[in-house]
Amino acid sequence: MTVMKITRRTFLKVSGATAVGTVIGGLGFDLSPAEVYAQELRIKGAKETTTICCYCSVGCGIIVHTDSSGKVINAEGDPDHPISEGALCAKGASSFQIAVNENRLKKVRYRAPYSNAWKEVSWEWALEKIAANIKKSRDASFMEKNAKGQVVNRTNGIASVGSAALDNEECWLYSKMLRALGLIYIEHQARI
Amino acid sequence: MTNHYIDFRNADVILNMGGNVAENHPVSFKWIQAAKDKGAIFIHVDPRFTRTSTKADIFVRLRSGTDIAFLGGMIKYILDNNLYDEFYVKNYTNASFIVNPKYSFDDGLFSGYDPNKRAYDASTWALEKDENGIPRRDMSLQDPRCVFQLLKKHYSRYTPEKVTEITGTPVNDLLKVYKAYSSTGAPDKAGTVLYAMGWCQHTVGVQNIRAMSIIQTLLSNMGIAGGGINALRGESNVQGSTDAGLLFHIWPAYLPTPQAQLATLADYNKTTPASKDPRSVNWGKNRPKYVASYLKSLFGEKANKENDFGYGWMPKLDTGQDASWLNLFDEMYKGAFTGFFAWGMNPACSGAHSGKVRQALGKLDWMVNVNVFDSETGAFWKGPGMDPKKIRTEVFQLPCAASMEKEGSISNSGRWMQWRYKASNPPGEAKPDGDITYELFKKVRALYEKDKGAFPEPILNLKWDYETTGHFDIHKVAKEINGYDLTTGKLMANFVGLKDDGTTSCGSWIYSGSYTEAGNMAARRKKTDPTGLGLYPEWSWCWPVNRRIIYNRASVDLDGNPRDPKRPLLKWDAEGKKWIGDIPDNAVPPMGTDGAYPFIMKPDGVASLFGPGLKDGPFPEHYEPLECPIEKNLMSSQRISPVIKIFEGGLDKFTTCDPKYPFVCTTYRVTEHWQTGVLTRWLPWLIEAEPQMFCEMSNELAKLRGIKNGDRVIVETSRGKLEAVAIVTSRFKPFNIAGQTVHQIGIPWHFGWLHPKDGGESANLLTPTVGDPNTMIPESKAFMANVSKLTKQPSQPAKKAAKS
Repeated sequence: MTVMKITRRTFLKVSGATAVGTVIGGLGFDLSPAEVYAQELRIKGAKETTTICCYCSVGCGIIVHTDSSGKVINAEGDPDHPISEGALCAKGASSFQIAVNENRLKKVRYRAPYSNAWKEVSWEWALEKIAANIKKSRDASFMEKNAKGQVVNRTNGIASVGSAALDNEECWLYSKMLRALGLIYIEHQARI
Repeated sequence: MTNHYIDFRNADVILNMGGNVAENHPVSFKWIQAAKDKGAIFIHVDPRFTRTSTKADIFVRLRSGTDIAFLGGMIKYILDNNLYDEFYVKNYTNASFIVNPKYSFDDGLFSGYDPNKRAYDASTWALEKDENGIPRRDMSLQDPRCVFQLLKKHYSRYTPEKVTEITGTPVNDLLKVYKAYSSTGAPDKAGTVLYAMGWCQHTVGVQNIRAMSIIQTLLSNMGIAGGGINALRGESNVQGSTDAGLLFHIWPAYLPTPQAQLATLADYNKTTPASKDPRSVNWGKNRPKYVASYLKSLFGEKANKENDFGYGWMPKLDTGQDASWLNLFDEMYKGAFTGFFAWGMNPACSGAHSGKVRQALGKLDWMVNVNVFDSETGAFWKGPGMDPKKIRTEVFQLPCAASMEKEGSISNSGRWMQWRYKASNPPGEAKPDGDITYELFKKVRALYEKDKGAFPEPILNLKWDYETTGHFDIHKVAKEINGYDLTTGKLMANFVGLKDDGTTSCGSWIYSGSYTEAGNMAARRKKTDPTGLGLYPEWSWCWPVNRRIIYNRASVDLDGNPRDPKRPLLKWDAEGKKWIGDIPDNAVPPMGTDGAYPFIMKPDGVASLFGPGLKDGPFPEHYEPLECPIEKNLMSSQRISPVIKIFEGGLDKFTTCDPKYPFVCTTYRVTEHWQTGVLTRWLPWLIEAEPQMFCEMSNELAKLRGIKNGDRVIVETSRGKLEAVAIVTSRFKPFNIAGQTVHQIGIPWHFGWLHPKDGGESANLLTPTVGDPNTMIPESKAFMANVSKLTKQPSQPAKKAAKS
């Protein structure tokens, strides 16, 4: 008996033809084409966007499906990707739940000194206050010369950790900002 | 990685050690399976039997923290049995180089040790040069001071019997691995090694990897298809974030962060790697071009020759200053910082000795935490044992976009830079990290424009112009990283054209060529495979210059013919005077008898069997972990690495050979979670599959402690304790270490108090503040703990899975 694995794509390619191998399930007959058809209905007309998995460093390909309102309705392995060839692990296969998840942070939150609660604030308010904090900490801790009298031009009072979770361009931009601010305590996941 | 994931399929023997590839990099296992289907041998060496072990042809156990003993024994086996590749060792390594006559090694110490400083003066480890500055060599490898003879002498002590006493691996198991792996020393055989944090997170982490590099070099496995030293990195873009210089010691593309003694750019450039050997390409000699081009990418037109391209505006470290992670949080704990960014990170769970990290966060005036979900870091002020009324730290929690909600590239472990497109908008008011950074700096700059403040030059002069029609444009940053020819305004084709005179800019020279006038190379999706080796040169882009396997000229003979005809990675076309195959590691003609050596990033042009550039010695030597189960290192009088920094006082404690903490403990991951669980704990499908903290232990240990499978237990070190569910399993077995029974336990590190409520706490509450002397990567993989049955009721009822 020839057993052929049917993916949604291969099914679509052969749909209408009868030369499909047989997959025998517990019921004694083949359910796969029906399942694939049901899956096809779910994402019919959806827009496909390629991305790369956000977890480990293998770099598996993922196709994200969005509906006409732009909502993510599905995410699955990219069969054209040469490393992963459509496969995903449990984490990658759950990518959909990152996009559609009621626990996502959706608002900027602020916790005031000695407070026991978050307060929702606006981006404008938060960025202005953070910028003022940066300036205050930087100006108060800036060191032009070290104990030996050597020019060091650095901000001793601010540190940063992050992040391998950022894209390359974002990492580079963040590194550019931190160094312009004079930070030397710059670290992230690669160290731990 | 020197190689890449698909390349696993080209190997004859695959060794996974210090990692658990099937569970932690699951999809890559298909390429191991592809190799196995062609007859390859797959070896797994680990303290624990995992799903990787189930697929292994050979599985052997070793005690955590004894990898150098294990690998040192393999080096001895290869040398004793003449299994090394003589041509390769003579021509492509420093085996023939002569070492300084004052070099010595005695009872665990290399020459030049200063016990007061706990540091080496490495001058006696230098390689000898002749009157022209060219390394002295003995091509017969007989000189007693040549690297090859010193290597033999050093590892002569690593007998199978001695290794067994240290590692707990039976002699027969050792020999099985040694024999199988060293079969790849033939030129037409390929052996690859896949490692992960199980090698890095030790006080001898760098030397673990050095030991394997020595093996790979002796067996001619570097620079070939199916070979290499391959780190299975834990984060999707930790390669790219490292490349971008988000570490204290490097600017982007591994340019060293300047230190205070290097006052001017000329001083900095004097430290450029140099070689007087005409046969060494020493690509590092080009560094001044990359530094000037980087500074141009920072300061644009404000950077010119007269002002050292703004070099003076950049922050400098004190000479020898170490501002790495453990020191950072030690300083924070002591109150050195008022401000802190935890951007896309969760140090309250990911940092070694997390209890100390959490206390340190309370010493700040303000913290900015950017993340996709809430985390133990952002919410530290309401965590266990914290009283918000006493914690001053202001916290800003900024919601960011997830990976499919923005555009940009990431780099996998194989250095493939792959472009991701935006599928949907982020929820609510969440924004991409790039947009947040861009807007935040504009606010800071506006404040400095209004009221100058301290040293405003770098802030006011920074080139910060990445908008298109009023919106932040990530493509503009990608192009800035690739670089421009400023005389024409065109994008650089690659880094070869970069200059040190200010006429080019480039944000990261190793990424030059990624976004050219021909387009965004990272976005390519063409699956041509001209070599048949799975290099896919037109799929995405790979640094450097789309070279898929680094040091690939080591795969050919002196005439440029492949040494392995079955896997021809490169071949010299004598008529066309060009290389065919991968992008050659420098397009020089074949080496012949006086041509260029293949290891172009090494100043001497060859691979370093002897590595004089490290802080803990030129050869890897076995030392016990800071916390270990035996009183004496069976290899020497130095129990622990003599150069590690010991953090003492305050919350920093460690205990060794203490009956209160009798078991070796290690940390690891499960397939369903990632890192601290900062993403995966919030995903219902995943948290249902792996809902809570557990502790794995052997049947023998469980019996000893009266623990049954499923019991709740307390795991404790001198730094902290946590609750877990006991998994009593034959996956762990006791070790026989020099006649003594040593038990090992293991815990995952994905949990934290915030969510799910009954999921358990971070494994890092238990780990010590101690790191590798070269990298300061914490020792999370071997420390001493106790485990006991929980006698009181658990603090919260255990549930099967959290509902969200």
